[in-house]
Amino acid sequence: MDLYKQPAHVLHDMLENKEITAVEMTKNFIARINSFDNKIGAYITKMSDTALKTAETVDADIANGKKINFLTGLPGAVKDNICTLGTKTTCASEMLKNFVPPYNASVMEKLNKEKAIILGKTNMDEFAMGGSTENSAFFTTHNPWNTEYVPGGSSGGSAAAVASGLAAWALGSDTGGSIRQPASFCGIVGMKPTYGRVSRYGLIAYASSLDQIGPLTRDVTDCANILNIISGYDEKDSTSIKKDIPDYTKSLVQNVKGLKIGIPKEFFIEGMNKEVYTAVKKAVSDLEAMGAEVRNISLPHTKYAIAAYYLIAPAEATTNLSRYDGVSYGARVPGEDIVAMMTNTRTAKFGDEVKRRIMIGNYALSAGYYDAYYLKALKIRTLVKEDYDKAFEKVDIIVAPNAPTPAYKIGSIINDPLQMYLQDICTVPLNLAGLPGISLPCGFSRDGLPIGMQIIGKPLDEETIIKTAYTYEQSNDFHKKFSGVE
Amino acid sequence: MTNYEAVIGLEIHSELKTNTKIFCGCATTFGAPQNTHVCPVCLGLPGVLPVINKRVVEFAIKAGIALNCKINNYSKFDRKNYYYPDLPKNFQTSQYDLPIAEYGYIDIETKGKTKRIRITRIHMEEDAGKLVHSGNTIKDSASSNVDYNRTGVPLIEIVSEPDMRTPEEARAYMEKVKSVLEYIDVSNCKMEEGNLRADVNVSLRPVGTEKLGTKAEMKNLNSFKMVENALDYEIERQKEILEDGGCIVQETRTWDDGKGITLSMRTKEQAQDYRYMPEPDLVPIITTDEEIAAYKKNLPELPDARRTRLINDFGLSAYDASIITTSRAMAEYFDEVTNKGADAKLAANWIMGDLAKELNAENKNISESPVSAKNLADMIILIQKGTISSKIAKKVFGEMWQTKKTPETIVKEKGLVQITDTVAIEKIVDEVLSQNPKPVDDYKKGNKKSIGFLVGQVMKKSKGKANPVVVNKLLKEKLD
Ligand SMILES: [Zn+2]
Repeated sequence: MDLYKQPAHVLHDMLENKEITAVEMTKNFIARINSFDNKIGAYITKMSDTALKTAETVDADIANGKKINFLTGLPGAVKDNICTLGTKTTCASEMLKNFVPPYNASVMEKLNKEKAIILGKTNMDEFAMGGSTENSAFFTTHNPWNTEYVPGGSSGGSAAAVASGLAAWALGSDTGGSIRQPASFCGIVGMKPTYGRVSRYGLIAYASSLDQIGPLTRDVTDCANILNIISGYDEKDSTSIKKDIPDYTKSLVQNVKGLKIGIPKEFFIEGMNKEVYTAVKKAVSDLEAMGAEVRNISLPHTKYAIAAYYLIAPAEATTNLSRYDGVSYGARVPGEDIVAMMTNTRTAKFGDEVKRRIMIGNYALSAGYYDAYYLKALKIRTLVKEDYDKAFEKVDIIVAPNAPTPAYKIGSIINDPLQMYLQDICTVPLNLAGLPGISLPCGFSRDGLPIGMQIIGKPLDEETIIKTAYTYEQSNDFHKKFSGVE
Repeated sequence: MTNYEAVIGLEIHSELKTNTKIFCGCATTFGAPQNTHVCPVCLGLPGVLPVINKRVVEFAIKAGIALNCKINNYSKFDRKNYYYPDLPKNFQTSQYDLPIAEYGYIDIETKGKTKRIRITRIHMEEDAGKLVHSGNTIKDSASSNVDYNRTGVPLIEIVSEPDMRTPEEARAYMEKVKSVLEYIDVSNCKMEEGNLRADVNVSLRPVGTEKLGTKAEMKNLNSFKMVENALDYEIERQKEILEDGGCIVQETRTWDDGKGITLSMRTKEQAQDYRYMPEPDLVPIITTDEEIAAYKKNLPELPDARRTRLINDFGLSAYDASIITTSRAMAEYFDEVTNKGADAKLAANWIMGDLAKELNAENKNISESPVSAKNLADMIILIQKGTISSKIAKKVFGEMWQTKKTPETIVKEKGLVQITDTVAIEKIVDEVLSQNPKPVDDYKKGNKKSIGFLVGQVMKKSKGKANPVVVNKLLKEKLD
């Protein structure tokens, strides 16, 4: 049995049934990373030593008859913008190349409490800015289905790690689609929970009002289980929601009878990739065949969402990133005086895409343009949110594609930022509205690249999303396909 | 020649006396070893998030109410972007368009006249850290270190309308604000520790015109004297330029206290664009009318109300009442003394006189006074009863200051009880009369003034203990 092809819940059962030890399992994954990560480029920092140490304590616990939790002893990976105490957290940036946080992100505290095994920190677009993981300052991650293709982004390292069996599960972050889009490009499940459901404390901010941590997994069952672990109010994050967390695994049932599914016409646009269109439409009719009711809906402000997003996110980013000045931590490039030092540092240590967004953000916030750009973007954000509120008066759930195309070739659009930004068109509106969404596989292109469908829920209604996703998943074999490197 | 009038506005920054910082749990204690009160949050490390200290909101609301402001039910934080190495995030979390309080006022008094100064707004923000240069200034320093202990200490900024016309008014306004903040116990107001500091705006215009002139701003003035001196200088500087037919440049200036001049820091052209944006890491502050009403109800008596009470209930002069109520500690001290039964006028005189003198000499606060309110009250009561004279009381007070003993103990130990026994005093009077025939003769010849000398002699002989009223009476009886 190939361990690395198994979803986390299968591995969990094996551990619990003592068919394998945590150390054996961890060694297995470490060996696989050592053999194949050179082809994928999923990891920036490997944490093999601490992973094995944790595994040993888990085995001791099991030997002592302790009951294990879902992620206990299960090898996974964490995006490199989530702070890990004592382990480098780089954001895939030269700026933070040697930054070792003196504290843990709140999700890390939760994972550690669970005794989850952390194999390492995964590659990403620098400061989570990008949709292909080509913007990493260190190296590009490759799509396991075809290494000439991008894995998507910005959580490309996490998605590729799970898809290629270099981790049994992973965490990513989603600001404009950064979990869902790479999940769809890599043929796995990725979920962006409701804004505020998972604490952002310790997630190095890109755009605070949009960022959200979420799981990347092989199937919906793993997704529900991990969501159980990472969700919940955190007093260190005032924007986290003070509401009880339901047991999401209770939503792992096959039942969409009478479920009203909305199909937004704005997401099935003219000119979008035919294969994506066909695959998602087919998934919708499959759900209909299982008893769901399909309704056509309209989200009229979708067309403005990208513009609003590319003003709001850079505006927040510009202030979030102003702390990287070479003064207190991170990289420093000397200069004649303090201004020259800061300028030299930021010029040398930020990549092009980061600089581009810092400039857009400063422009949008500057005195003369604030009303015309930033304020207008905030108004659009409200309108987008209202679109969804109205739609959810009529439907329980919305289904749409994740991206207009399947994964594209590395280097094909990296020099065309506008084209790159348009890739986010299907995912960005959710972040603006703070809604939860999942991506799960719904087919493959002729070139053998995965296609993902997106299921969008009401605020805090991850349960209906999981139920719908699980029902659909159990009706096909897409999630069982494995095409990682061998 | 044109007469100019100054138009002055103040932005007062006051550090709030919370135990912990505004967005994290670090202590706010002043004077701790450098960088010992810091954590990932106030160091602005990547990934951290601020969490509002509820006490800060409470204190800001109290200040708003005490300064007669409208408290906003919906208020939010914003980011104010600028580069400076003592603010590690390189933006300041402050409030921009929706501050916690707006539209207030306070009344000030100068030259016996009351004037209302309007308050535009009060907002909350975080303080910055402190740069410690190896040399005297940043320019001649090989290195500069940063102390982040102060980073994140909560501040309120109180912005006035440009309603002041003279440096004295500006000073009176700042003193009044300080006194109100002290009363409601939200700030230590220790100006020498930077608890209270002001940015001052001033422009000149011809008397009788409405249009505002071009203003200059002076930053970080942390004493009343600095505010007054800087304004005196700046008004004179601007007047000279205008009288020479020149134009005032809108600029930020610093006050060089040593040289007694203001210097240009940056002009409008170099002015910062703060690129404000809503702080996405904090949720809006919602304050209900019920909460505001509850704060209002629990507010202590404020200086103006207290002043009126002292005038009405104790018959103090307006001047005395103002002085006594300037600081809450002094007013409470006064209340304690009078509550014990001491005469209010005497109490006011002793507090503003001997006590204030000693406190100033030793640079002490009234709360650190070695003479407790109880002891002062007891001493005043001894005067009222005639046990000691006012003159002896000065001795007793001096002893109390030195030894902290009660006035009764001092009077007993030193035998300072006033002699009111007529027989005993008559004996001394007779002695003095027989020993001083010349003044007695002078008196009888019509030089009534010589009785003063005789009184003095009796007092001297009695070591000041004879009741002067009795002495006078007896002498007159015997001489006339
Ligand atoms: Zn702190």
